[in-house]
Amino acid sequence: MPTVSVKRDLLFQALGRTYTDEEFDELCFEFGLELDEITSEKEIISKEQGNVKAAGASDVVLYKIDIPANRYDLLCLEGLVRGLQVFKERIKAPVYKRVMPDGKIQKLIITEETAKIRPFAVAAVLRNIKFTKDRYDSFIELQEKLHQNICRKRALVAIGTHDLDTLSGPFTYTAKRPSDIKFKPLNKTKEYTACELMNIYKTDNHLKHYLHIIENKPLYPVIYDSNGVVLSMPPIINGDHSRITVNTRNIFIECTGTDFTKAKIVLDIIVTMFSEYCENQFTVEAAEVVFPNGKSYTFPELAYRKEMVRADLINKKVGIRETPENLAKLLTRMYLKSEVIGDGNQIEIEIPPTRADIIHACDIVEDAAIAYGYNNIQMTLPKTYTIANQFPLNKLTELLRYDMAAAGFTEVLTFALCSQEDIADKLGLDISATKAVHISNPKTAEFQVARTTLLPGLLKTIAANRKMPLPLKLFEISDIVIKDSNTDVGAKNYRHLCAVYYNKNPGFEIIHGLLDRIMQLLDVPPGEDKGGYVIKASEGPAFFPGRCAEIFARGQSVGKLGVLHPDVITKFELTMPCSSLEINIGPFL
Amino acid sequence: MADGPVAELLLRRLEASDGGLDSAELAAELGMEHQAVVGAVKSLQALGEVIEAELRSTKRWELTAEGEEIAREGSHEARVFRSIPPEGLAQSELMRLPSGKVGFSKAMSNKWIRVDKSAADGPRVFRVVDSMEDEVQRRLQLVQGGQAEKLGEKERSELRKRKLLAEVTLKTYWVSKGSAFSTSISKQETELSPEMISSGSWRDRPFKPYNFLAHGVLPDSGHLHPLLKVRSQFRQIFLEMGFTEMPTDNFIESSFWNFDALFQPQQHPARDQHDTFFLRDPAEALQLPMDYVQRVKRTHSQGGYGSQGYKYTWKLDEARKNLLRTHTTSASARALYRLAQKKPFTPVKYFSIDRVFRNETLDATHLAEFHQIEGVVADHGLTLGHLMGVLREFFTKLGITQLRFKPAYNPYTEPSMEVFSYHQGLKKWVEVGNSGVFRPEMLLPMGLPENVSVIAWGLSLERPNDDQIWHQQHPGPGGPQGKPADGVRQSPVPPGC
Repeated sequence: MPTVSVKRDLLFQALGRTYTDEEFDELCFEFGLELDEITSEKEIISKEQGNVKAAGASDVVLYKIDIPANRYDLLCLEGLVRGLQVFKERIKAPVYKRVMPDGKIQKLIITEETAKIRPFAVAAVLRNIKFTKDRYDSFIELQEKLHQNICRKRALVAIGTHDLDTLSGPFTYTAKRPSDIKFKPLNKTKEYTACELMNIYKTDNHLKHYLHIIENKPLYPVIYDSNGVVLSMPPIINGDHSRITVNTRNIFIECTGTDFTKAKIVLDIIVTMFSEYCENQFTVEAAEVVFPNGKSYTFPELAYRKEMVRADLINKKVGIRETPENLAKLLTRMYLKSEVIGDGNQIEIEIPPTRADIIHACDIVEDAAIAYGYNNIQMTLPKTYTIANQFPLNKLTELLRYDMAAAGFTEVLTFALCSQEDIADKLGLDISATKAVHISNPKTAEFQVARTTLLPGLLKTIAANRKMPLPLKLFEISDIVIKDSNTDVGAKNYRHLCAVYYNKNPGFEIIHGLLDRIMQLLDVPPGEDKGGYVIKASEGPAFFPGRCAEIFARGQSVGKLGVLHPDVITKFELTMPCSSLEINIGPFL
Repeated sequence: MADGPVAELLLRRLEASDGGLDSAELAAELGMEHQAVVGAVKSLQALGEVIEAELRSTKRWELTAEGEEIAREGSHEARVFRSIPPEGLAQSELMRLPSGKVGFSKAMSNKWIRVDKSAADGPRVFRVVDSMEDEVQRRLQLVQGGQAEKLGEKERSELRKRKLLAEVTLKTYWVSKGSAFSTSISKQETELSPEMISSGSWRDRPFKPYNFLAHGVLPDSGHLHPLLKVRSQFRQIFLEMGFTEMPTDNFIESSFWNFDALFQPQQHPARDQHDTFFLRDPAEALQLPMDYVQRVKRTHSQGGYGSQGYKYTWKLDEARKNLLRTHTTSASARALYRLAQKKPFTPVKYFSIDRVFRNETLDATHLAEFHQIEGVVADHGLTLGHLMGVLREFFTKLGITQLRFKPAYNPYTEPSMEVFSYHQGLKKWVEVGNSGVFRPEMLLPMGLPENVSVIAWGLSLERPNDDQIWHQQHPGPGGPQGKPADGVRQSPVPPGC
């Protein structure tokens, strides 16, 4: 969930009134936001880098507000204020207009070289804008928020904003060999080739995260103006030549990317948010983008879409009884201009370009419910009549758990993920023999595989509780995972029961007795006949030679019990003899 | 029969005594260790009102070992004086005597002796006076005779500085007759025995009283894991509410069921390597229900079922990628898909509680695995009000009655609401769960009828450290008295839907 931090006083000034922290928190809650933290730059720096560094930092109060991940229109102070003001019916939602320039339209020509790396681009112009320091900061910050969220860290879309007065169109969006791209990037004093830049940015804490997007590609994307000036090398860095400042009046905005839909949304958001500061408020100058196939499109789209939803559908989905007129009013408060039409039950809703999140009638239903107030909805119980059933495997597990505890064993809960070593080397097995499922991207060695046996978890639990008085009698009933090409995903869970006895003596008879008790509970008689159970001498690398038996029940092998091999005990950093039992309880259902 | 010979002696002396006696004096008279008398006093005390014993502490001066020696053989200086014959003694020879070094300087300062340094064969020591009084010895003998009070404060402290005297505190009992005093005390029985029961002898015997302030002996028992006890209670609540348990015994899931089926777009951050454990082996799901997959693909890339869709290129390879499920909602999706294949549609209430996995680095508030609790109701015409009503009943059973709902965003529910509960301890509203109505883009491709709504909610069995709401507000669960052996898993976890 993105968090936006805004200056409290600036926010209140824009809202035209002040709130106490509690009042504002309440407003946020109602609207679906969360006032996450009240802080200041000074406080943030002092928390992160200590009081010394914080000296001299601003102590202007900041509100950090959590924004729902699909509301890109609330990611800056401008949008937040507009949304809240419309919600509180203090203003009407502005209408965003795309206009043709008086002179020549700005053109961005896409060449076919971009096809393999970053094929899409859109553009627009903000004309006669008036920045202040705060507005400018907000403009930069919004781009950063969009980059981190909808743009998926610039992988899907990257934004470049430029001082149009320093450039001359038409612009060309192409892709070139990195060694052939040379320019002075933002915040540097001399020119570098793209190859050099990629090296320099490897140590840049901000930019290094984006390098992978183009790093290994033969061609890098780049945008030039008609004089060969580099505007930007998306998605990494803009050129220094066209950098915008607080005094910039005309802004050329380009968004390049791999997702055309998202590039258009991002452009719409930027221009709708900041056209507020243009001489002609909420008016955006169009730009033309020519695609390699010769087709040309005009951006920003700023599309208004009409949706029709029946009032009774909204009432039925939410569980309220409001008149169509009231529902239209509620929706209008959510920035969705609505009116009742037709038979008096139809509501026509206008979806503005800022609300790309509205893709289905259910999104409209939600907004009506929010405006109505979730906490004003009458709670009722559905009349759905059903008979409950337990999942048989879980039912058996629950019954066994209680009886295991009653038999004097203590239940543990261990991770289903572990290291290869835990299930293989430490048990004297080769990893290939375990048929384990392997994780491709673990952050630590503790999560390399899904466990194929519960035993390592129990032994690690003993190792972590060596201070406890002996004997330690532990058990766990939980799932293990084995590769199995007969299932749709190629792996299958098995419900295992594992118990260990750890003491100065191995206590095989205690673990054996526990098996007898379990079989008694499962109504499996001793002996091989009539679906009974027996244990037969066996061997296994985890067990002490001659002290291991295989358990057969209802005609099949269900597990093993025995005294653990001293090597196993040592590898789990234990010092006492230990016996164990592990069975698959699936066959006893 | 008395409680040992000392106790018997004590009782007899006490009977003959006038008012009472002192334990130390008695020990001295009987010529035994004081501790033995104290033991007898205590065992008699335990019998009840036989005797009364008042603890007294007295301070006494005692000689140290060196002090005893001096009281017996005289001070070092006196011994030096005595060892010098009238014709004098060579100083070197004097120094070799046991008391030589210490006694010489003291005898010098007392002016009992003198040294002649001009003697022919080295310095020689002579008596100055004919006789002297050994004051130190006299004083120590006084103390030894129990007459320490005859010495002045200054004299005592001087002897103490020389480590010849020490002040000791003696704890003694002043013993007097109790209300039930008798010299013929019989030994109390500690416990009832089978023999006493069969012979009936318990009738005639006194029993030692129990100390009810002592702790009992903890039962030698096994324990259930505290978190799994809470799991059992949640299962119980669902079962009481008529919910059927879904199968969740598949930790490995395809991206298709974990994300795509839930209308979660393929570029969604949750599908990032940083958040989700993907599999190297088996890397891909072998089978997917292909005609359903086609409907899902179309809904994502082009829309349909009244939706605009996400308008991007949906890739089957992405959907085949295997992972460790990031939520049990994947199991709910499978259950709803199975439900959709059964015609005609029958309403259901489902639940599950099982493990889910996130690619996290472990710390105090993050776990790579935790348990998700999920409830699902599918029926014709369910409303947001129904969802809130079910949630109210569910949380009331947990002992949580103050609820409120906040608009939220989840990729696969719309409307969505976060559930907050007022936390009495923290004095603030805390999030206790997430809920919503499954999107039509998720349900309709499965084949569920259009007028069927599915409401759902989820929460985490583990809670963040700072608001362990289940344990504080929920009546019941708590760890066993002994420390549970759960060293491997100690920190509970935040949800994060």
